[in-house]
Amino acid sequence: MFENILIWFVVIPVIMMAGLGLCRNSNMNAIRAVMVVCSTALLGLSVWLCCDFLRLRGMGVDDEMLFTGSWMWYEPLNIHLAVGVDGISVLMLLLSSVIVFAGTFASWKISPLPKNFFLWFALLSTGVFGFFISIDIFTMFMFYEVALIPMYLLIGVWGTGRKEYSAMKLTLMLMGGSAFLMLGLLGIFWHSAPAGGQLTWNILEISHNASIAPEWQYMLFCFTFVGFGVLGAMFPFHTWSPDGHACAPTAVSMLHAGVLMKLGGYGCFRIAIFLLPQAANELAWIFIILTGVSIVYGAFSACVQTDLKYINAYSSVSHCGMVLFAILMLNTTAMTGAILQMLSHGLMTALFFALIGMIYGRTHTRDIRQMGGLMKIMPYLGVCYMIAGFASLGLPGLSGFVAEMTIFFGSFQDADLFHRIFVIAATCSIVITAVYILRVVGKLLLGPVQDEHHLALTDAAWFERFSTVTLILCIAGIGCFPNWINETIQHSFAPIIAAVQSAAL
Amino acid sequence: MDITLPILILAIPITMFLILGIGGVKMSKKMAGVLGILGLGTTAVLAYIVALTYYFSGDPLFIVDGVRQQYQVFDVTWLAFTQSLVVNIGFLLDPISALMLIVITTISFMVHLYSWGYMEGEQGFQRYYAFLSLFTFSMLGLVVATNIFQMYIFWELVGVSSYLLIGFYYKLPSAVSASKKAFIVTRFADLGFLIGILILSYYTDTFNFVDMTSNPDGVLLSTGGATFMGASVLTWAMVLIFTGGMGKSAMMPLHIWLPDAMEGPTPVSALIHAATMVVAGVYLVARMFPVYCTVDAAMTFICVVGAITAFYAAVVACAQIDIKRILAFSTISQIAFMMVSLGVAYDKPIEGVHYSGLGYMAGMFHLFTHAMFKALLFLGAGALIHAVHSNNYTAMGGLRKYMPITHITFLFGCLAIAGIWPFSGFFSKDEMLAAMFARHWFWGAWMTMVAGLTAFYMFRMYFLVFWWKENPHYKEHKPHDAPWQMSLPLIILAIVSLCAGWIPFGEFVTWNGEPYHIHIELSVAVTSICIAVCAIALAGVMYAKENPLPAKVKSFWPTLWEAAHRRFYWDEIYMFITHKIIFGIICKSIAWFDRHVIDATMDGFAKITQKTSYAIRGMQSGEIQAYVAWYIAGAVVLAAITWLCLI
Repeated sequence: MFENILIWFVVIPVIMMAGLGLCRNSNMNAIRAVMVVCSTALLGLSVWLCCDFLRLRGMGVDDEMLFTGSWMWYEPLNIHLAVGVDGISVLMLLLSSVIVFAGTFASWKISPLPKNFFLWFALLSTGVFGFFISIDIFTMFMFYEVALIPMYLLIGVWGTGRKEYSAMKLTLMLMGGSAFLMLGLLGIFWHSAPAGGQLTWNILEISHNASIAPEWQYMLFCFTFVGFGVLGAMFPFHTWSPDGHACAPTAVSMLHAGVLMKLGGYGCFRIAIFLLPQAANELAWIFIILTGVSIVYGAFSACVQTDLKYINAYSSVSHCGMVLFAILMLNTTAMTGAILQMLSHGLMTALFFALIGMIYGRTHTRDIRQMGGLMKIMPYLGVCYMIAGFASLGLPGLSGFVAEMTIFFGSFQDADLFHRIFVIAATCSIVITAVYILRVVGKLLLGPVQDEHHLALTDAAWFERFSTVTLILCIAGIGCFPNWINETIQHSFAPIIAAVQSAAL
Repeated sequence: MDITLPILILAIPITMFLILGIGGVKMSKKMAGVLGILGLGTTAVLAYIVALTYYFSGDPLFIVDGVRQQYQVFDVTWLAFTQSLVVNIGFLLDPISALMLIVITTISFMVHLYSWGYMEGEQGFQRYYAFLSLFTFSMLGLVVATNIFQMYIFWELVGVSSYLLIGFYYKLPSAVSASKKAFIVTRFADLGFLIGILILSYYTDTFNFVDMTSNPDGVLLSTGGATFMGASVLTWAMVLIFTGGMGKSAMMPLHIWLPDAMEGPTPVSALIHAATMVVAGVYLVARMFPVYCTVDAAMTFICVVGAITAFYAAVVACAQIDIKRILAFSTISQIAFMMVSLGVAYDKPIEGVHYSGLGYMAGMFHLFTHAMFKALLFLGAGALIHAVHSNNYTAMGGLRKYMPITHITFLFGCLAIAGIWPFSGFFSKDEMLAAMFARHWFWGAWMTMVAGLTAFYMFRMYFLVFWWKENPHYKEHKPHDAPWQMSLPLIILAIVSLCAGWIPFGEFVTWNGEPYHIHIELSVAVTSICIAVCAIALAGVMYAKENPLPAKVKSFWPTLWEAAHRRFYWDEIYMFITHKIIFGIICKSIAWFDRHVIDATMDGFAKITQKTSYAIRGMQSGEIQAYVAWYIAGAVVLAAITWLCLI
């Protein structure tokens, strides 16, 4: 079992938890050592996986999923621990490990109870990594829940502001989504094989069987899409996001916006669209309306917020809306754009939240009306914030531009007026995004210093620089050299597009 | 052609940006300045080599039977949307890109040199040079773009460098809001550009300029006669693409950002907001010219927008106090001139071979000469501001004695822009007017009038700054000419402004690559010179010596003067729309809706659940009597139901 490289993505976080369990809360250095070693190991592992994956693809290995493995877990219901990755999962694993790595450094001085914080943080990572490597929808769902539960404690204990309320709201709303999802997944399971066949949870087998009747598909599609859509901050199920992010501690916001929200988008195409292609073809328009609204609505809402985290939470609603919107276009280019947007949004939101945490740690306020001229006081953080802002508003050379353009050009391939109108509405978001980003940059970083006390503040420490530089390098890397990622994703979408197209006939 | 030089032309400025941007903090000012100037100097030399090789080498790659060719030096895949829709990054050499290479690197080099003196005492000197390098890189990338998407990429990058440079004095709230305004207005225009590209590329299935422009009829055919709301989709696409150009080139009604952009350092205004970036819109139309020619509606649209803008900006320039704003409006007006010139050009000989494509050649010619003399004027204005520490002409007057070099060079610039023989502006303006008259007398007459206004407001400024009466403040603080780093660029540019008109421009730049022999259209030339001289004389009478005439004129039409001074209230209109309507109504109500409707519904579910559970929790009281009572009641109800069912 352990000869499969993918299993290690779950084993390392478990080792991390065990290691942390041996440390004492007062021994900060030991805790940091465990975290740094394990998160570096994860990063190394995912880079290694990525290289190995590209090598195998380069050699012409053309299976849908590579590094597959399957171990029986619960025989009566045919539940397996089944793993396997395609290009998209590899990139998601890479993204997750980068953010776990950066998040470790961003919460270098977490208090109180650092050990417990990192324990829950590690559990959350286990869930995230487990989700991306699974191809058995039951284990996938299990890891999904494993990733959600720690959020409650992480926000409730280490958060700020109305943390109990927000933690409760976030957990309940996401659990509500999970309930829908569970219904959908069970429905898929019970129809997963033609009459008399062996029922299965395995994604590849279900899609191969293609035995779900259309009338069931419609219902199950709505369940699963809404279930995942809640986590993907789809309008009108997005309100957990502003409150949750506003109260969460830095590293948790990073991981949550950076990776956890991607679970939603990933699930949407991997399960809802791949397994229920006929429904996807026919019902996509409903969700195109909802996500199209998300994009514009989130952007407009962000324009009038005064709390830095609220601004980014609403901007996430807009950007994540773009992910789901593009997925629903059901063509390779747009869906590739969706994955690029997931990567881009993950990195840049993580950067944003890291920076907001650092700024908040110094000024003890997140209200942009009470800050100003920070560029003069902390130039390093100011420049980083500006880079994150430029990535968010889609400046060429940074990842946001590549993702958005791929989405727009892909979405524009659907020639009917309905799609056209929504695509053009979505493109309008590039202007609104510029408005709210520049508004924040202008108020927060530029202009005269608002508060005399801020003059005494210091710029970033080494661990903060380390965390931000990692993220910026990734953002610029995708932005400058997008094509290898683009090709990897496009190739991985082939089976999904094939399923959708054959269902459309 | 060897691809090393073109790659270096792009690579050196971006490397400089990274070096100065990342390492600038640790560098001395002198080091940063020298690095910046050396880097740009090298780029300029390489660009000249490439451009001159293109024009003069006679290599069959570049010229075949006297017809200049478009040559893609390299073109590598950057991002493949689909099999056929691929974004490349490349380097296209053709008459206009070679021209722009020369213009950009020349002006940029002058500005780098000039800034060494001008920005000497400023904080963030290293950052300034870093941003200048970034701008130069982006602008060069824009002009050598092989495809419209590459152009869009660099289009956005010049936008952001402009944002960074306008907001260079970031501690001033006015600079911050000016930079924000510039970015958002141009972004809004870029939205049109993007949608235009979306439409165009959907039908043509390519981004490549050469593919599109060498076969404009193919582009037309590819749309299959599709229409939307009465206009063909190609018209929509081309008008939307032009919208992007309107934003960058500050055409009405998207001109409002350019006057505010003068908040940036003056050399930046010279480089970005006079000579290079703002002509990107003209360049875009020129680049897509063969396709525009197939769409009459779009060409008419360009003409109308240009003609209105040219007149509007010229009128407003007559009533400004800030000399940089006067120059800004004059830039808007002059760019509009080029737009009209392109708009009146046609690709096929209609009234004899003579005029076909004349407007195109003349527009590009004016782009070239305008870049030189407007950069000169801005740098001269910078020297003035440097000397008196104010942007307003009210703080100047009688400066000709104190600043002779600035005076003479500035006069050269004014004469050039007014179109006086033998200055360069005369030649290019004459060609443009000839092209306009050839299309329709109306365009010619209208633009001749604008040319007269141009001469008037330029000399109004000239006289008010250098003549009029001496400002009393000079006694405390005597103004003097700028240091050599600043004067040298002025002198060089003045000489160029004087001589550039003699270049046989038509031999180098025409829309189809075939040489065009320029000859002065005497009737047009004489008329326009007469009008310009009259306008200058009028300005002289009004402003050469202190006299009550200007005040009288002002009080004769107080409303008009006030309206022109306030730029006909465009900013107020925009303020109303953006702040009151979009921000105040749309954004606020959406945010309110989110908190008080959507979120309240979610909270409502939670509250209902909570209330219900509070309401029924009394049932689990632990009192045995209550349980028994419920048990008996339940049993009775069940029994009753059973009994009812049985009978």
